[in-house]
Amino acid sequence: MSRPHLTAGFLPLLDSVLLVLAHEMGFAEEEGFSLGLTRESSWANIRDRTALGHFDIALVLAPMPIAANLGLTPIANPMITPVMTGLGNNAITVSADLWSAMADAGAPGDLLAGPAGKALAQVVRTGPRKLRFGVVHQTSSHNYELRYWLAASGIVPDRDVEIVVLPPPLLPEALGAGSLDGYCVGEPWNSVGVTKHGARIATTKSSIWQWSPDKAIGMRADWAERNPEVVASVIRATYRAALWCQKPENRLEAARIMAAPAYLNQPVEIVSRALTGQIHGGVQQVSIPDFFIPHDGAANFPWKSHALWYYSQMVRWGEIAAGPANAELAAATFRPDLYRAAMASMDVPVPAEDYRREGDQAKAHAIAAYNGALELGPNQFFDGAVFDPADLDSYIAAQMSAD
Amino acid sequence: MQRPDLSILIIDENRIRASIIEEGLREAGYDRVAVIHDVNEVGRTIALTTPDVVFIDLENPKRDTLEHFFSLSRAIQRPIAMFVDRSDGAMIEKAVEAGVSAYVVDGLKKERVKPILDMAISRFNAFSRLTRELEEARSALEERKIIDQAKGIIMKTKGLDEPEAYALLRKTAMNQNRRLVDIAQSLITAANLLGP
Repeated sequence: MSRPHLTAGFLPLLDSVLLVLAHEMGFAEEEGFSLGLTRESSWANIRDRTALGHFDIALVLAPMPIAANLGLTPIANPMITPVMTGLGNNAITVSADLWSAMADAGAPGDLLAGPAGKALAQVVRTGPRKLRFGVVHQTSSHNYELRYWLAASGIVPDRDVEIVVLPPPLLPEALGAGSLDGYCVGEPWNSVGVTKHGARIATTKSSIWQWSPDKAIGMRADWAERNPEVVASVIRATYRAALWCQKPENRLEAARIMAAPAYLNQPVEIVSRALTGQIHGGVQQVSIPDFFIPHDGAANFPWKSHALWYYSQMVRWGEIAAGPANAELAAATFRPDLYRAAMASMDVPVPAEDYRREGDQAKAHAIAAYNGALELGPNQFFDGAVFDPADLDSYIAAQMSAD
Repeated sequence: MQRPDLSILIIDENRIRASIIEEGLREAGYDRVAVIHDVNEVGRTIALTTPDVVFIDLENPKRDTLEHFFSLSRAIQRPIAMFVDRSDGAMIEKAVEAGVSAYVVDGLKKERVKPILDMAISRFNAFSRLTRELEEARSALEERKIIDQAKGIIMKTKGLDEPEAYALLRKTAMNQNRRLVDIAQSLITAANLLGP
């Protein structure tokens, strides 16, 4: 049999690092397939071209395949997510003007979500005009995370601040031109804002919700069903790339690869910030070792509880009606069963459960695993809330009554 | 004959392509066609023209912005969804392959939208073909200039006439199994290196 060749779509984001490493470092080849990477210009194109089969697989925003299965997208082709491409890796950046108002309101510049949110809330209450924030797509971790941070800081999204959508590479410029006051985006576009447009990083995803999901590999369900062996190879190649990228000694090499014109086309110095966890917020450099977690803490495992958290936020912000059928569709999008099956040949530990609670662990902790011991990282939300997938309805109800 | 009373909005950063599509639609009897080149103007234009069908090119990075705008129901009177019919996969596929995406207001009949979509798709394809042909013509012209220059060098240094110089180039290319223009380019490079 000839070696399968997969076409894969991606956007210029550091989150595409595992896909790129699978190609550049030969992990795809080791798993018996080759990858043709196509850089796209919008998430809408990624979504449509994956749904139509122009791409076999794509780097997707983790909520995108869920949105497709819930009927929120134009092309009704069922999608699945069998592997995640790491945890964390984005941040919220504000303009120099907004930062100076936040600093006056007591923001310390330590990149922690609590104090930064409190200062922003004061600016929003007393400021002369409605602020405008940008996110990369409606059904994105960025949108939900920004809204979570605002709401938990006492700011009502849409009513108190406007939220608009722009693709990642255009956000820094829009902020520099004054058409945005802030944005939530993956790296390197926060650091680009800081170095090129005098912006300041207000807080990071790792502080809003520790060790939380962001991007994934998405694909059509029918394609995956027809090609189970290839899907298993994609999962393992992603896992191998993640394992390699997790090692501190490989981070600079990964930054060099990603900095190339074909991928990010940015200086290595900018790209390496997120990869080394040395985040320069514009005020000071802060060391955030868990800014991006490619592999540790079962970072590549598609937790059904994460799918349900995204679903809860889709309900919260009025994108979808609450109901057991929709919750089931959302949970079924993530495929831990395929992940475990693919990993069986690698002899590595995998989580035994498909669901877990979030927000209840302040420290690294052991979980039930097959084939060895497995430790997950801390998982706290900055407001101290706990998400229990077994009690989904009351989580949603509590959030919606607070909004 | 269609009742050409639908309002159509074209969003394309490529002005030439936008006007080719606009012209096609006008020729087909659609008089209410608006064209903008920047998604940022979309709010104002939609308020003014209340389009039934909106086209945007797929290279446009602001497609996400446009879709989000559509999803804010208060921005427009009737919801706009992508494509005329979710079930019409072939039509969607043809459009995406041509590099265009279409958004249609809710409740509009498929028969009324199809000729407009067909028109946009065929004009998009025609534009790509035109661009490709132009590119080919341009590179053919470049190649002829290179070959002419190489011929000139041979004529001068070996005292040959033009057909002889050309025959020599051609023979060398055939012997080395390389393209004529590549041999000519090597000759020019060598002449520049060795020349005064």
